[in-house]
Amino acid sequence: MQSVKWLRKNLFSDVWNSALTLFALWVIYISVPPLLDWAIFKAVWEGNGNTCREITSGACWPFVKANLGQFIYGRYPESELWRVNLTFVLGVAGLIPMLMPSAPAKKWNLIYLVVAYPLIAIVLLAGDRPGLVGVDTSLWGGLLVTLVVAVTGIVVSLPLGILLALGRRSDMPAIRMLSIAFIEFWRGVPLVTVLFMASVMLPLFLPEGVSFDNLLRCLIGVALFSSAYMAEVVRGGLQAIPRGQYEAARAVGMSYWQTMGLIILPQALRHVIPGIVNTFIGLFKDTTLVLIVGIFDLLGQVRAQLSDPNWAVPEGATTGYVFAALVFWVFCFGMSRYSVFMERRLNTDHRN
Amino acid sequence: MRAAKSKGFGSISWTNPRLRSLVYQLLAIGGTVAIISFFVLTARANLERQHIASGFAFLDHTAGFGVIQALIPYTEESSYGRVFLVGLFNTLLVAVIGTVFAVALGFVIGVARLSNNWLIAKLAAVYVEVFRNIPLLLQLFFWYFVILRPLPGPRESIKLLPDVFLSNRGIVMPAFGSTQATLAFVLVTLATIIGVIIMRRWARKRFLATGQTFPDGRLSLALLVALPLGAALIFGAPFSLTPPVMGPFNFVGGWHLLPEFVALTFGLTVYTASFIAEIVRSGIQSVSKGQTEAAYAIGLNPSQTLRFVIIPQALRVIVPPLTSQVLNLTKNSSLAVAIAYPDLVAVFAGTVLNQTGQAIEVIAITMAVYLVISLATSYAMNVYNARVAIVER
Amino acid sequence: MNNRLVAFLVGIVIGAAALYFFLPGPGAPITAATVNTTGPAAKPAGPTAAAGSTLATVRARGYLQCGVSQGLPGFSNPNDKGEWSGIDVDFCKAVAAAVFGDATKVKYRPLSAKDRFTALQSGEIDLLSRNTTWSMSRDTSLGFDFAGVIYYDGQGFLVKKSTGITSAAQLDGATICTQTGTTTELNMADYFRGQGMTYKVLAFEKNEESLSAYDEGRCDAYTTDASGLHAQKLILKTPDEHLVLPEIISKEPLGPLMRQGDAQWADIVRWTLFALINAEDLGVTQGNVELMRTSQSPDIRRLLGAEGAYGEAIGLKAEWAADVIRAVGNYGEIYNRTVGPDTPLGIPRGLNALWKNGGLMYAPPIR
Repeated sequence: MQSVKWLRKNLFSDVWNSALTLFALWVIYISVPPLLDWAIFKAVWEGNGNTCREITSGACWPFVKANLGQFIYGRYPESELWRVNLTFVLGVAGLIPMLMPSAPAKKWNLIYLVVAYPLIAIVLLAGDRPGLVGVDTSLWGGLLVTLVVAVTGIVVSLPLGILLALGRRSDMPAIRMLSIAFIEFWRGVPLVTVLFMASVMLPLFLPEGVSFDNLLRCLIGVALFSSAYMAEVVRGGLQAIPRGQYEAARAVGMSYWQTMGLIILPQALRHVIPGIVNTFIGLFKDTTLVLIVGIFDLLGQVRAQLSDPNWAVPEGATTGYVFAALVFWVFCFGMSRYSVFMERRLNTDHRN
Repeated sequence: MRAAKSKGFGSISWTNPRLRSLVYQLLAIGGTVAIISFFVLTARANLERQHIASGFAFLDHTAGFGVIQALIPYTEESSYGRVFLVGLFNTLLVAVIGTVFAVALGFVIGVARLSNNWLIAKLAAVYVEVFRNIPLLLQLFFWYFVILRPLPGPRESIKLLPDVFLSNRGIVMPAFGSTQATLAFVLVTLATIIGVIIMRRWARKRFLATGQTFPDGRLSLALLVALPLGAALIFGAPFSLTPPVMGPFNFVGGWHLLPEFVALTFGLTVYTASFIAEIVRSGIQSVSKGQTEAAYAIGLNPSQTLRFVIIPQALRVIVPPLTSQVLNLTKNSSLAVAIAYPDLVAVFAGTVLNQTGQAIEVIAITMAVYLVISLATSYAMNVYNARVAIVER
Repeated sequence: MNNRLVAFLVGIVIGAAALYFFLPGPGAPITAATVNTTGPAAKPAGPTAAAGSTLATVRARGYLQCGVSQGLPGFSNPNDKGEWSGIDVDFCKAVAAAVFGDATKVKYRPLSAKDRFTALQSGEIDLLSRNTTWSMSRDTSLGFDFAGVIYYDGQGFLVKKSTGITSAAQLDGATICTQTGTTTELNMADYFRGQGMTYKVLAFEKNEESLSAYDEGRCDAYTTDASGLHAQKLILKTPDEHLVLPEIISKEPLGPLMRQGDAQWADIVRWTLFALINAEDLGVTQGNVELMRTSQSPDIRRLLGAEGAYGEAIGLKAEWAADVIRAVGNYGEIYNRTVGPDTPLGIPRGLNALWKNGGLMYAPPIR
C-alpha cells in the first residue's frame, strides 16, 4: 500500500509526469539489457584471443585478464614489482587516516603524505640507491604512471597554488600582477599544448647537456598547470574569510606570515577541501593526456596492448576502453563522494 | 601597514614596511626577468648551434599537404599561414557547435535532476555521475571507434532522409547553393529577427513599468515563421539543393559531416553537459524558496515566476561557472588530435610543426590563440558580472 | 617549546634523509637493457673528446639515448617484456657498441613521427634511428645531418582485396589514412596532384590509430613506406584480406640522423653504418669476427682495428668496429634477423642488397 502511494506521488502524479516516467522506462529498457548482455551474459569470460575471435556477442574479458599486469605496472621488471606494491600500500596507509576527519594527528599525517611519502615513493620506484636497482621511467606504465602523475600534480600544486593565491591577493602590485599573469597563462592554454611544450620544447630552453627524464618533464608541466587551478580554488577560500580575522590577527601583533599560516590558511583550506578534491579529480582524468606525448598511462597501456596481434579481436577495443573507464570511474566517483561528504560536514560545522 | 603607507616613504630600515615591500617587488620582478632572459638566451644559443631556422617567414611557404575539412578555400598549394586559419576555423566550429549542444543538454539534464519525477531525477543523476567521472580522451576514443565500427561502408549507406546518407564516412547531405531569391530571403529573415528583438524589449519594458503582459512569445514565433515563409513564396525558393552522387569510393558533392567531427562534438557535448547540469542545478537551487512564494504572493503565475524571478537570479549564479565550462570545452577540443579531426593543434601544432621544425614559433602561436580566446571570454565575463552584481548596501 | 623541539628534530631527520636520497648513489640503473659496467671503453678514450661534444656527453652519461619508433615490427618494436628489437634498434646497439664497447648501454626513447625532430633538436636524444626519410629540408633547415641510408624504401598503398583495386591509379577520390607529420603526407599530395586525381587524407597522431581506422573501414587505403605496409599488415584483423599495391610512389631512403654541428659525432654514426656494410662486403660476421682479426686481408685488418688508427681518428678505440660486429653482426645479418625473408615480414633484399649483388648498399672504404 505504502509503495503504491509512493509510486503515485513520485511517478504518476499527473499526465506529464506519467509521460516522463514512461520515457524514463523506455530509456532504461533500450540501454540496460543490451549492456548487461554485452558485459556479462553474452561475454567471453575464459579463453584466449581465438575464443574472442569466435564469440563476438559480448565483451572479451580474457583480454583484460591476460594483460592486467601491464595495465597496472606497465613494463616494470617483474622481480621488482614488490616495490610498486609497497609504494601503493604505504600511500593508502597514509591516506586513510588523513581522509577520516576523526583520526588524530592530522598535522603529522599531512607532513608524512606531502613530504616523507613522496621521497619514499621516489626512492622505491626509481631506485638507484644502495640495495635497490634503478628502474628507468621508460619502463613505468599503466595505473602506476596514472597515479604517479596525479599524486605528483597534487603534492606540488598544493603549496605552489597556496603561494600563488596569496600572491594574487597581495598588497604589492608587482607580486599581484606576476601571480595573475602566471595563473591566467596556465589556465588559458590546453593541457595538450602544455604537455607538448614540456615534452619536446623544454629541453630547447635548457643549457646544452642539461636534460630531464621525459616523465619528469611531463610532471613539471602537469604540476605548473594544476597549480594555477589550485591557486584559484585556494583564492576562493581566502575570499571567504571575513576581514575581521585579518584585522584581529594584525591587532594582536602577528606578522603577515603568522597571520596567514596560523589564522587564515587553516580556515581557508578547510573551506576548500571539496574544491581541492574536485581539482584532483580533474587532474586524475587529465593524466590520460600524457599518452599523446608517448608516456603509457593506464589508457595508453590499454591502447598499446590492443595493437598486439594476438588480441586483434572484434570486441577487444571496446572491452579495453570499458575496463579503463571502470577503473577511472571508480577512482573519480569515490573521490567525488568524499568531496560531497566533506562539504556536508563543513556545512554542519558551520552552523554550530 | 596602512598607516605607514600614508606617511610616505619613511626611514631607510628593514622594519619600514614600505621599503620592504618595494624590495620584495623589485626582487620578484628582477627574478622573473632573469629567468625569462635566461631561457630566451639559452634557446637562442641552442637554435643557432643546431642551425635550426627561426622566425615567422615559414608562414608564407607552401604547405603541400591536404586537409580533410576546410571551411575556407584551401589546396595543397596554399601557405602554412592558410593552414593555420583552416585549423583555427575548424577549432572554432567544434567549439561553437559543441557549446550550443552542451549548454542545451546541460540545462535539460540539470532541470531533470530537480524533477519531481523520481525516475527522471535518478536517470539524470546517473548520467552526470557516469560521464563526468570518465576521462574525456577515453570517451572520445570510445565514441570514435564505437560509433564508427557498426556503420556500413559508403556503398551500403543507411538512408536517413531522401538524399541524406549515413555511413562510416560520416553523414552526407545535399549541399545548399544560392539562387536569385537568396538575398531577399536573408534580408527579410534578418529584418524579422531585429523586429522581434525590438518588440520583446518593448514588451518587457512595458511589463516592468505597468505590469501589463503582452503575448510577445507567441507573436514573435508566428512572425519568425510567417515572414520568411512569405518571402520564399513571393521570391521563389531561397536555396538550391545539390544532392550527393555516389562516386567510385564515396559520395561526391553534397555536404559531408565527418565522423571525426561527429565523435568529437558528441564527446565534448556529453562530457561538458554533465558539468553544466550540475551548475544549472545548483544555480536553480540557489534561488531561495521564499522568492517563489513571494512571487506567487504578488500575483505572478508559475511561468512568470520562472521567467522574471527565478531565472534572472539563477543566471547570476550560473553564468560565471558556465563560461569556464565553455572555455574548458574550447580547450578540450584540442584532443581532436587523437582522433584525426583537423583542428588547430592537429594541423598546425602537428603537421606544420613537423614539416617546418619550428617548434617554438608554432607552439607559441598555438598557445597565443587559446590565450586570446580565454582572456577575451574572461573579460566579457567580468563585464557581465559587473552588470548583474547585486548592489549591496 | 616542546613542539618546536620536535619540529626541529623532524627537520634534521628529513634533511638527512633528503641528502641521502638525492645525492647520487652507487647503484647502476636498469635501463631498457640492464647495464653492465665493464670493458675498457667505459673510460673516456682519445684526446679528441672535447667538452660539450655529443660524444663527451654520451660518455659522461654512461649510455646512449636513441630515438626509435613507438612500435613498428622489424624496425623498432618492444616485446611484452619491454625488450626492443628491429633494424633501427640494432643500429642504436651498434653505435653504443662503438662508443662503449657494450651494446646494452642504450636507452630507447619511443617517439611519434611528430615528436621525433623536436626531440633530436632539443638534445633529448643523441641519435634518431626511426625509419626517417633523408630529405633536403631535414638535412638543411631543420638542422640535422643524415649518416647515410640503412634501408631503401618507397611509399606504397594498402587496400582491401574486396574493393577490387589492383593499382594506385584507381584511387581517384579515395579517402586515405596516414600518420601526421611524415613525408608520406606530402608524397601523397604530390602523387595525386601529379596524376590529376583527387583524394581525402585522414592524418592521425599515432600509427595504431591510423591503422585501426583503416581496419574499421574509415579509409579506402592506408599509406606508408612499403616496409611499414608489410609490417603493419600483420597486425590487421584479417591480414589475408589486404593487398599491398605494386606502385611505389616515392623514394624513401631511411637513415639515422643526428644534430648538425658536431662533426665528430656525425663521423662516429656515419662510420658505424659504413662499418656494418663493409663487414658484410668483406665477409666478416658475428661468428667469425675473432677469426677474421688474424686475417691477411688489409681491408679486414683495418676494419677490425688490427692495423692503423682509424678508431682514434673519430675519438674511439681501435677495435670499435670489431665491437660493433661482435654485438650485432654485419648489415646482412641484421637485415635477415629483422625484416628479411625468414622473418614474419618476409621482405626480400631487393634494393637493400649489396652493390655487388645488384642492390644499392655500398660503403666507402676504411683507409
